Parts: sequence; structure tokens; C-alpha cells
Amino acid sequence: MTATQQAEKRTDATGAPRHLLAIDDLGPEGIGEVMRLTDSFVEVSRRPIPKVPALRGKTVASLFFEDSTRTRLSFETAARRLSADVMTFSAGSSSLSKGESLRDTVLTVEAMGVDAMVVRHSAAGVPTQVAGWVRGASVVNAGDGWHEHPTQALLDCYTIGRRKGGLEGLRIAIVGDVRHSRVARSCVTAFAGLGAHVTLVSPPTLLPASLAGWPVEVSHDFDSVLPKLDVVYLLRLQKERMTEALLPSLREYTATYGLTRRRAELLAPGAIVMHPGPVNRGVEVAAEVVDMDVSAVTEQVANGVAVRMAVLYLLLGSGVDLASA
Amino acid sequence: MDAEDVRRATWRMAHEIVERNPDPSQLAIIGLQTGGVWLAERLARIVGEVTGGDVEMGTLDVAFYRDDIGLRPVLPEAATHIPVDLTGTTVVLVDDVLFTGRTIRAALNALGDYGRARAVQLAVMVDRGHRELPIRPDYVGKNLPTRRDEMVDATEEGVVIGDVQVP
Amino acid sequence: MVLKGGRVVDATGSRPADVLVQDGEIVSVTAKVSAVPPGTVVLDAGGCVVAPGLVDLHAHLRQPGNEEAETVETGSRAAALGGYTAVVAMPNTDPPIDTAAAVREVLDLGEEACCDVRPAGAITVGRRGEKLAPLAEMAGMGVRIFTDDGSGVQDARIMRRAMEYATALGVTLAEHCEDASLAGGGHMHEGEWSSRLGIAGQPAEAEELMVMRDLALARLTGCRLHFLHLSTAGSLAMVSGAKASGLDVTVEVTPHHFTLTDACVASYDPLFKVNPPLRTEADVAAVRSALSDGAVDAIATDHAPHTQESKEMPFQEAPPGMLGLETALGLALTELALPLERVLALMSWQPARIAGLASDHGGPVEPGRPANLCVIDPDARWVVDPAASASRSRNNPYGGRRLTGRVRHTLLRGEPVVVDGEAQR
Repeated sequence: MTATQQAEKRTDATGAPRHLLAIDDLGPEGIGEVMRLTDSFVEVSRRPIPKVPALRGKTVASLFFEDSTRTRLSFETAARRLSADVMTFSAGSSSLSKGESLRDTVLTVEAMGVDAMVVRHSAAGVPTQVAGWVRGASVVNAGDGWHEHPTQALLDCYTIGRRKGGLEGLRIAIVGDVRHSRVARSCVTAFAGLGAHVTLVSPPTLLPASLAGWPVEVSHDFDSVLPKLDVVYLLRLQKERMTEALLPSLREYTATYGLTRRRAELLAPGAIVMHPGPVNRGVEVAAEVVDMDVSAVTEQVANGVAVRMAVLYLLLGSGVDLASA
Repeated sequence: MDAEDVRRATWRMAHEIVERNPDPSQLAIIGLQTGGVWLAERLARIVGEVTGGDVEMGTLDVAFYRDDIGLRPVLPEAATHIPVDLTGTTVVLVDDVLFTGRTIRAALNALGDYGRARAVQLAVMVDRGHRELPIRPDYVGKNLPTRRDEMVDATEEGVVIGDVQVP
Repeated sequence: MVLKGGRVVDATGSRPADVLVQDGEIVSVTAKVSAVPPGTVVLDAGGCVVAPGLVDLHAHLRQPGNEEAETVETGSRAAALGGYTAVVAMPNTDPPIDTAAAVREVLDLGEEACCDVRPAGAITVGRRGEKLAPLAEMAGMGVRIFTDDGSGVQDARIMRRAMEYATALGVTLAEHCEDASLAGGGHMHEGEWSSRLGIAGQPAEAEELMVMRDLALARLTGCRLHFLHLSTAGSLAMVSGAKASGLDVTVEVTPHHFTLTDACVASYDPLFKVNPPLRTEADVAAVRSALSDGAVDAIATDHAPHTQESKEMPFQEAPPGMLGLETALGLALTELALPLERVLALMSWQPARIAGLASDHGGPVEPGRPANLCVIDPDARWVVDPAASASRSRNNPYGGRRLTGRVRHTLLRGEPVVVDGEAQR
């Protein structure tokens, strides 16, 4: 039973999914559909005029309670390239006041005539709560606390697909602070759902309290896992983890779990390195490794807009019932 | 129409295109996905043979320009590949069947994003009537009056009219 | 007034009887009163059970300090509708109940209440866990239970001293077992669900560690100890073992800990956020089994009102707590496969004894006793409607649930404060 199976009215009158709150909302077929659509939008993005009228007349509002200029711009560019109108509400501006009830804020925004809300918050579950309060708008989770970041996982699947031809049978390791990572949760579901073998490589203190039901293996020995991998997916390590008694020091972390120059040489030919960004050079990965051919980090960023166009189109334009896609 | 009829009609249309557009370097033949691509390929080949030069060919999926997005499932079916800047070019849009004209209107909108064409002409294997917009073809394989609820299938193998399947 | 046509159930047994009440006291309890003095009000109790009023060991009435969420008046009305004639009011108000004056204030507010409001006093000043509060002074005002509820007393030395001091006063110390350093700001139970949902959790051990510690301290000091809202299988097993060895400890559990699990949090609805958190199915099963085999002494509501706005926040930012006074009896009768007499023991006479209220509440229903009674229709079917509540708040997680068993009338010192399910004042 997934969190999002609790949200009511999951599809609209034409059978299209109403929200993207977690990767589970799509399932493997849905992810495949997004991948195919992304190909079309990559082509659109390469045109002299990278724009299609598909969502003309629709309004997409970004509600970024937690600041992230990069992700917000990626979504807004995606909306604009679909000819939708964009409204921005961000934590920095006064438009999102802290004291106001979350529900009131959301209903006020919806009342302005909004077809989709892209919601990012530092607290897990907010997009799910928002989806329960809105009357007709679609909700896209742009990252909620430690819970999920579905569009990140989708663009990661797309990037891997372009480089390696597909995910079936690939050996992927997700390395680092899984416990506090919404990217890790979404990616585990997405990668495993598409047939990859996923291993979590992490010190015990940075793993979730319970991995029951997670389709993963676990290793605390990065060096032994490394040579067999097709994809090394590195997670960002936040410095606060030291003060929470989860790690003794950054140096010890880098020595045991960092993708150093030495470790990069252990990679099998054809293996790729990925990171959701922003990268802590020198901590989870050596600076020079990020710039090597083996790194797909810039492609991840580049694919972000096209993937988000695919998601917005699927929710607002396509009228497709993903369950039968 | 059987396969032989289709072949002859294609041959005739290609010659009409050359007649109107003597310089193949100014031409781009663009097939609409997915029904018009086979015809565009054949026309491009014959035009190339007749003129002794190479004519540019491309494909176009108009899903994102359709006016019925949100009313029913609309997903792109295949790739859009337009190899050249269309500014100053004469584009010949190619489709298998011309019906309401809405697909062609969507294609005209899409083409606009690839540059300002000098002219756009339309080639179709079958014109089945029932236009809802002021669109007319320049090159027609055959005019076939049909009922609204009939289905028309036009491929290299021939043209077939059938009844709409009632679910 | 006469309660006519019902079946009287109390600690001594069950018998069909009409109950005659006058001047706040029970005058007679006999089968079929035939001659009724003129002008006597008759309350129909046909098909119903007439029992001693329920006693809640644990309710937050929020006054003084948070009147927006609840007041003594509105909370006591909700209590009366739930069949309660006495409620122990928790001291985590603002200011906290840690002085005689604060006790006086709540007692005064309770004069006009729809049930007997008995304040509990804090164990430490300000509930900060650093210095003992004036327990003797408060005991002199009639306070029988002391607790820092809302938190546990973190320092073992302070808790030991409080226990030693309390033995001279003949009072009970009650503990909210939560080791703050291990709980670490967790918002739900730490386990499969918290890992999946990405919410920081607190492990069962955060409760169990303090249970273990306080049992050792109780053994050391001889103090009478009551455990508030125990929620884990481990906690219940430990206390059960301690009781078997003769220690004077009692245990309460809440209805939400025998009906809801951490899976409820999947909706991220803060209605399901509570301390101690909703636990696993195995823990819920252990709570139910402890209720039926006697390891648990009382069901207490931990009625915790919060304003609607405060519960419309992100889950990790919302305050913990749910309402409970109006649904506790219905949940106990519907969800536990226990005989009515056993449910009443858990909700009336056993908590009355623990609260030191046995002289006025908890029965038995016999002449000379104060008329603190409730009349229960055990077959009444109803659907929980959070909007139709006497509480000022609406944080009720049971909206839409079908229950069987409901309070029909409640008498407080002979006055009918609830008649046919409607509060009379």
C-alpha cells in the first residue's frame, strides 16, 4: 500500500492521472510513457523556436515553500515551452506567509484559476495534503522533505536510457545519505520498477530505520561493489549530518564512500556516474571525476526540462489513462 | 483503389509537383506522421529521379498542435525530423487522407516554428470530403465521396473504405 | 428523579433495577419501582445499562492558556456526553498547574462544569524537569495525581527524589514515558512506515527505556506509580512482569492505541499525529490482549484538542494529539471483544480508584452513594461526526466510523447534565 493510494480522485474524467505525488503514481508503464513523450520534447527543445501550443490557455503555478531556483526554473521553462502561463509563489517573496494555514494558502492560489500546482516543501507529505484539498487542479511533487522527488527520478531514468539503452538488468548503486534523501526513495522505486538491480551503499547510520519491502540490496563496502556497476548514483551529503552524530567526519565519509580518483579507476568500462546536484566536490565525489566522460551529470540537468514538459503534458493535456497505456 | 492504382496516382502527383516546382533544391517534402510518410518517401524519390537531383524529405508529428488536446487522448506517435531551415523553401505537406482539414491546420502551425516557408502546398492520396476548415489540396490521388462515419485507409497496398467499428 | 427500566451494572454485579435519586444521592435501587412520588422526573432507561459514571484519568482541558482549542466548560461538556462524571485535568496548561494557586484556578473553573474536574499537578516546576514542584501544597488542595505529562521527567535523579518525596503524601506519580534523547524529535513511530514516508520517527525504545527506568525507581523508592498512555508491546510486557512481582503500579491505554496503527499516517493527515505515536499492528494486538487479560487497569482518553489551523499544517510541523472524550466508550464497546462489565471496570471503577475518587465516583450503585451515573444504550448504532462535537476543536480521527454503544443520559451529583444524548447546559 503506497502513500498516494490514500489520495482521492486519482484520475479525471478522461482517465488521465490527476497528480504526480510519487513515482508509484505512474508504475512501469507510466514511466515508459513519460520516456517516450520526453523524446518528442527533446526534439521540440532543439527547434529554432522550442515551443508548442499544447497547453495554451492553461496556468501552472509553482509553489516553492523550499527554495530551489534550479528546479523551479526547470519547471517554469517546461510550462512556458508548452505555451502555458506561469505563476510563481516562492518562499523568498512575501507571497507565501509562514503563519497562514497551508490549506488556506493552497485554496487561495487555486481560486486564482490554476490548472496545475508544482509544489516543493521541506516537510514530507505536503503535496499529498495539497492534492487532498484542491478541487480540480493537478499537483506535481517537486520534492517534499525526505519523501519523494518523482521528476528527478524520471529524468534520471531518461538519462540512463539514453546512455545505456534501457534499465532492464542494469546494476545500479545508490551511494550515500539514503535516509534523508527523497531522490533515493523515488529512484529506488523507479529503477527497480524498470528492472534494474539496485544496491544501497551507505554507512548504517545513513540508511532508513527499516528497509522492509524495499527492492534493494545493501552494502557497506563500496570498493567491492564498484567494479560490477553499470551506474554509480551519488547522493549529496549535507554537513549537518556531522552534528547529528550520524558520522564522525566528512573525511571519514569520503574515505569510505566517496567516489575518489582512485575509485573512479575501478569502474568498469561503460559505467556512468550520476548525481542529482548540487555536487559537493571533494566530499561525495572528487572534483575531476565530475568533469570526466564517465559523468552524466550535465545530461541529467539538460534532460530535466524535457522530462518536466512530458509530465505536465501528461497531466494537463494528453487525456491518457496510464493504467491502460 | 488497388496497389496499381495507387502507384499510378503517385507517379502522376510527383510529375504535377515537378511541373509546378521546377527547381528541386527549393523544395522540401514533409510527410505527416504516421499516415503520410510512405507517400512522402515515394514522392521524394520520384521527384528526385525526374529532376535528376536530391530533394529534401522530412517527417512531422502534429500531436502538440492539435485542437482537441484535453478532449481525448493525444500522444505523439512518431518522430518529427525536419532536416533544414524551411525559410524560403516551398514545402509540400503530404498526408494519406484529407478529411476535416484540422490535421493540416495543425501542421501549418507546426511548420511555422521551423522558419517562414515561401509557400506550402498539400499533397494527399485521398480527398474524402467533409471539410470543417477552409483547406484545399494542391495534388490529389483520388477524390472519394464518403459517409462521415466511414473509415478510409490509404497505403501502398491500396485504398479501402470500411465501416467505423462500434464498440 | 428515577432512572426507569434499566439494568444496573457495577463492580458487584448486574441486576435489573430502577434507580431513585434525590438531593444528589442515590436513594434506592430496586426492581420495578411502582410508586413514584409526584413531581419526580422519569428518565427512561429501557434497554439500557445504568452504571457508575465513567472516570477519565487523562484529559487536556487547555484552560488556562489555550482557550481557543478548549475550555474547562467545553471539555467537561464533551466529557459528560461521553458518559464521564469525573475527569483528571492534565497540568500542561499555560501557566502550568504547579502551584496551589494554579490548582485553585482550575478548581474554580470546574465549579460550573458538566463533570467533576480534578486537576493533576506537575511534578516539577514549569514541567521543566529541574526542580520539584510544591507537591505537598497541591496535595493539600486535594490533588492526588502528579505528572509532567506532555513530557517525561528526563533526569533519573529528579524522578527518584520526586518519588521518595511523594511516598510521604500518599499520592500517585504518573509518567509520560518518552526519553527525549532517543525520541530525537520523531513525529511518528520509527519503523517500516516512517522509512517509506520519509518522516523522522521515534523508536519503541524511547518509551520502553523510561518504563524500565521508572519501574526500577519505583522498586527503589516504594512510590505508587501510574503509567500514562502505554503504547508498545514491550512496555506492557515489562509492567505486567513488575505487577506480578508485587510492585504497586497501574497502567492506562488510550482508545487510539487499540484501534489505529502507524499505517494511518500514509495520508500525511496530522489528525493521526499523536504522542506516543500510533504504533504497529503487533503493538495494537498487544494492547488489546493486555486489556483483556488484566495487565491494563484503565482506558484513558488523552483528549488533546487542537485548533483546526494548527492541524492544517505539514505533518511534521503540526502539534500531536487527538480528541477522545466523546468516542472512547463507543470505541471500547465496538472494537474490543470484551463484556460490558469489563469495559466499565476499565473506564469507571478502576480509574476512580487510581484517581483517588472512589468515594464519589465509580460506584457501586447503592443507596447513600453520590448519584454520579451514566445510562448507556449498548445497542445504539451511530456514526462519528466530528462536526457535531461539544469540543471547541475538531481533531477527531474517527470521522465516519460506525460504532455500537452510546451514552444516553449522564447524571452529575443527581443533576441530569445529559438527557437523550443532548447536553443540558
